[in-house]
Parts: sequence; structure tokens; C-alpha cells
Amino acid sequence: MDEHFANRRRRDLVVAACLIAIAALAPLFVTDVFTQNVMVLTLMYAALSQSWNILSGYCGQISLGHALYFGLGAYTTALLFTKFGVLPWFGMLGGGVVSALIAMALGYPCFRLRGHYFVIATIVIAEIGLLLFQNWTWAGAALGIDIPVRHDSWLTFQFPRSKLPYFYFALALAAVAWFVTWWLEDSKWGFWWRAVKDNPEAAESLGVVVFDSKMGAAAVSAFLVAVGGGFYAQFVSYIDPESVMGFQFSLLMALPAVVGGIGTLWGPPLGAVILIPLTELTRTHMGGSGRGIDLIVYGSLIVLISLARPQGLVGLFARPRKV
Amino acid sequence: MLTAETIIQSLASGLLMGLLYGLIAVGLALIFGLMDVVNFAHGEFLMIAMYATFFLFAFFALDPLLSAPLVAAALFVFGAVVYLLIVRFAVRAKANAGMVQIFSTFGLAIVMRGLAQFFFTPDYRSVTHSWLGGKTISVAGIFLPEPQLMGAAVAIAAFGGLYFFINRTDFGRALEATREDAGAVALVGIDKNRVFALGWGLGAALVGLAGAIMAVFFYIYPDVGASFALISYVTVALGGFGSVFGAFAGGIIVGLVEAATALVLPPSLKSVGIYAVYLLVVFIRPRGLFGSM
Repeated sequence: MDEHFANRRRRDLVVAACLIAIAALAPLFVTDVFTQNVMVLTLMYAALSQSWNILSGYCGQISLGHALYFGLGAYTTALLFTKFGVLPWFGMLGGGVVSALIAMALGYPCFRLRGHYFVIATIVIAEIGLLLFQNWTWAGAALGIDIPVRHDSWLTFQFPRSKLPYFYFALALAAVAWFVTWWLEDSKWGFWWRAVKDNPEAAESLGVVVFDSKMGAAAVSAFLVAVGGGFYAQFVSYIDPESVMGFQFSLLMALPAVVGGIGTLWGPPLGAVILIPLTELTRTHMGGSGRGIDLIVYGSLIVLISLARPQGLVGLFARPRKV
Repeated sequence: MLTAETIIQSLASGLLMGLLYGLIAVGLALIFGLMDVVNFAHGEFLMIAMYATFFLFAFFALDPLLSAPLVAAALFVFGAVVYLLIVRFAVRAKANAGMVQIFSTFGLAIVMRGLAQFFFTPDYRSVTHSWLGGKTISVAGIFLPEPQLMGAAVAIAAFGGLYFFINRTDFGRALEATREDAGAVALVGIDKNRVFALGWGLGAALVGLAGAIMAVFFYIYPDVGASFALISYVTVALGGFGSVFGAFAGGIIVGLVEAATALVLPPSLKSVGIYAVYLLVVFIRPRGLFGSM
């Protein structure tokens, strides 16, 4: 690739390292529990949206069913821990592997579908997962799973008295998701994905293995989202099917990337930093007693941003291109 | 116990519900066929139609059967306004056109739900008494609820009317022509925006009709649209995008499959059958049953 591209990538890496360092120091100055909670959620959504973006943004296969992988990650972690005493660290990895395998098994028939047929297939598959978990008695059915919390421990990754360990884990997860994207962007896969997104027929004729590219993107994307799901189960220590596998969740995961800039490296974190604090603030200050003002503000914002800046907000930060 | 009677009984109810699903979905299919846009606020269109019916009943004691034409007319205006204010700009987007359409209409759906919560509160409402509500007729030992029967009749009439409208009127032909080539119709003096706005109006009016009938036998609350929206997308995609009458067939299949699933699986899993049939159909025919795109 040309020098300009190589320079941009080096600059991206330096900027990311600086941002991570600043974020890592932030808890020294922020001691308020509410704000810390918002920071954890912001980082988690940045990680989730970045992972969603690999399949939907880079590879162009729009999934509105990623809640399935998030839920599978959360349930694998919680079930392994509560039923078999397996530590959440292994649970998160296990959930990631299970989700990646399921993503590929589902991708096998689904990746032949185009456009809205594909999008609707992702929605209904996640809904089937939701309904099955809601009726699966052993896994707690609709009531969900209460993860017993005893004391602060890195071994069981439970911290009833502090948000900080969760904060650092979420930061690490967001950093990993970002770095994986950064790395893939310049790999063979990254170029394949963009080719598949722009014109699958042309890509195929030039020797890109379209089907394998989609499968690879689905596996990476599902793995990372499932690890996020496992983290979420530990963070809230209570999960139920609707809250980790509902359709709304698939949309919430996609939104930061859409708002920030779909198919871009910085879109998801930028979108998360804008959307999540805004959501939490409107919910706390205006959402009281189900008045719905939070929904009105949030929905209007989505409409306005998607109409005014279809390419996402990330372009606002780009330097004018040198000719 | 599965007897022949229970099977016939539930398939008959499934057929009636399926015709209604077709009516709910046809507006979506019309709009998609016209301009390749999936309206992710379709369920919320249904929701406001149900509220409109409820308030006409609560304030003016108007029976849902009488208010149905009024609600359809109101939704017509609403649909055209949504096109002119939002969708017109969404389809112009040069980048990420697909995502912009999904998320601008999804944002609208959230706003509408928020407004409904704000003005109407999250309480469950219902039309407590109406001409048809709660009545059933029995045909050869099979009980059919009258509201659903009326819904099925309205659905069949609406599809008949739509067929006549699309094939026999000037506006229908303009609609069809714009669908095929929006650029070329401009050359013969058809205003694309006008046709699209009327198409959105018509699509919304049809879901308005469905909402008025459904208000008779469903609870009305701000999130009521969500569950029907997903069924509508599946119905339209099952029938095939681009085919308005595919939605009619899709609706009937969805209704029957739902009823059949409820016979063999716990009722809470009845939607699994619909989703499984959708997947099965598109895996075999990636364009749905009658789809052209």
C-alpha cells in the first residue's frame, strides 16, 4: 500500500496508545460510582460495536442478530460457573469459541442470502435463540440466572465492592477489539472483506474466496462479541434471556458504529463515547416513571445523525486530504 | 389431545389470523416494492392506528368498524408526511444507503414509542365494548371469533381493492412505472416524490385499517407494534420482496404455521415455527416464494 496509508496506520496506532493511556488514568480522577458505571458501559459498547463492525461494516454483511452471540457468551460463562464451577475466564473463552463455531454453522446457509433476506434471517435466528433460552428450564428459562457473588476476587472475576477491575477489563477488551480491527484492516482479510462488500461478483472473479471471507469475518466478530457477553454476565451478575439476547440489544450494539461511522476503525469507539453517556444521562434524568422523554431524545438523535451524516461522525475528525 | 376437531379449529383460527397478518404486512410490501426501503417503524404505524381507534372509541364512542376509514385516512396523511420529512432524505444518502434507511426509520420508531409513552402513558388500554368484540359464531362445530372474521374479510377486500387499484387506475400505473424506473417516469412528467409520498400514504393507510380491526381484540400499549413488526418483515420476505401479493400468501402461511406450531409445541414457542419456515424457504429459494428481487 502507498506511503500515505502506511503513515495513517502508524498515526492510528500512536493515537490509540495515547487514548488507552489517558483512559487508564481516568479512574484516578473519577471516583463517582455512577460515572464509573457509565465508563464501563461505554467501553463495553465500544468493544461490542467494533466487533460487530468487522462483519457488518468491513465485510458488508449487515447482522441485526448479534445479540445471539452476546447472549451465548453470557450464558456459557454463567452456566459453566454456576453449574460446574468453571472459572469465568475459561467461560468467556469457551463462550467465544462456541459462538464462533455457531456463527460459522449459521453462516454456511445464510451467507448465500442477499440484502434484506440476510438481515431478516439474522433477526429471526437470534429470536429463535431467545425463545429457546426462555423455555430452557435447566438454564433458568425466562427468569434467568443469578450468579452468586461472594467477595472481591480476580480468580472468579467478581468485585461487589468496586467498579475499577471491570473498568480495566472493559478497557482491555475495547483495546483488543480495536487492535484486532487495526491489524485485520491491512491484512489479506481486510482487503478481501472490502472487496466482498463493494462488489462480490467482481471480487470472486479476481480470486477472492467470497464465502470463506464472510465465514472468517463472522467467526472473529462472534468470538469477540461473546467475550463481551461473558464480561457483562460477570459485571451485572444477573442475566435473563430478554436482557442479553433481545432484538433491542442487537440494535444497541450496531448503533455506535452507525453513528460513528460504519466500516471505519474509529467509528465504533467514537459512537460509543457519544451515545452511551447520552443514553445513560437521559435515562437517569428524564426517563423517570416511564415518561418516554429519554426515548424521544435518543430516537431523534439517531434520525438526525443518520440523515445528516450518513457516513458517520468520524469524518468530522479527518484531516483534509492532501492531493 | 389432538383430535381432528382441535386441529381444524386451530387451523381455521390460524387462517383468519394469517389473513390479518397479510393485511398488516401488505403496506410494508407495497413500500418496499415501490422504492426498496424497509420501514423499520412499521410496527409503530400499527401502534398509532390502534391508539387512534381507541381514542375515537373513548371520546366519541365510535365503534372501531366506523372509525376504521377515519383511521386509515389519518394514517394515509401520516405516511405521506413521514416520507416527505424523513424517508425522502434517507434515500438520497450517498454513503451507507442501506444502514441510513434502517436506522432513520428505526430512530423514528423509538421516537414514536417515546411519544406514545409520554402522551398516552405505558398503561394497557382496550376497547371495552364493540359490536363484534367477544362474539363468536359457530360453523359445523368450529367456533370463529367475529372480530377475526371481520379482519379476514377486510383483508380480502383490501387485497382485492389493491389489485384493482394497481392494475386499473392511472395512479396505480404510475406507481408500477415508478417502481420499474424512477428516472424514466420523470421524462413523461410524473413527479417521483409525489408518487413515493402517495405510496407511503397508501402503505400506512393499509396498516391503519389493520390497526383499527386489531384494536377490537388486542391490548393497546406503546410497545404493541414490536412483536407484529417482526412478523410483518418475515411475512413480506417469505412472500418475496417486490411482490405485494406475496405478502398475502406469506400472511396466510405464517398464520397457519403459527397455529400448527402451537398444536405441537408449548404456546410460548409458537413463533419458532414461523421463523423456521422462513429460514427453510429462503435457504431453498433465496428470493422468497414470489419475490422478484
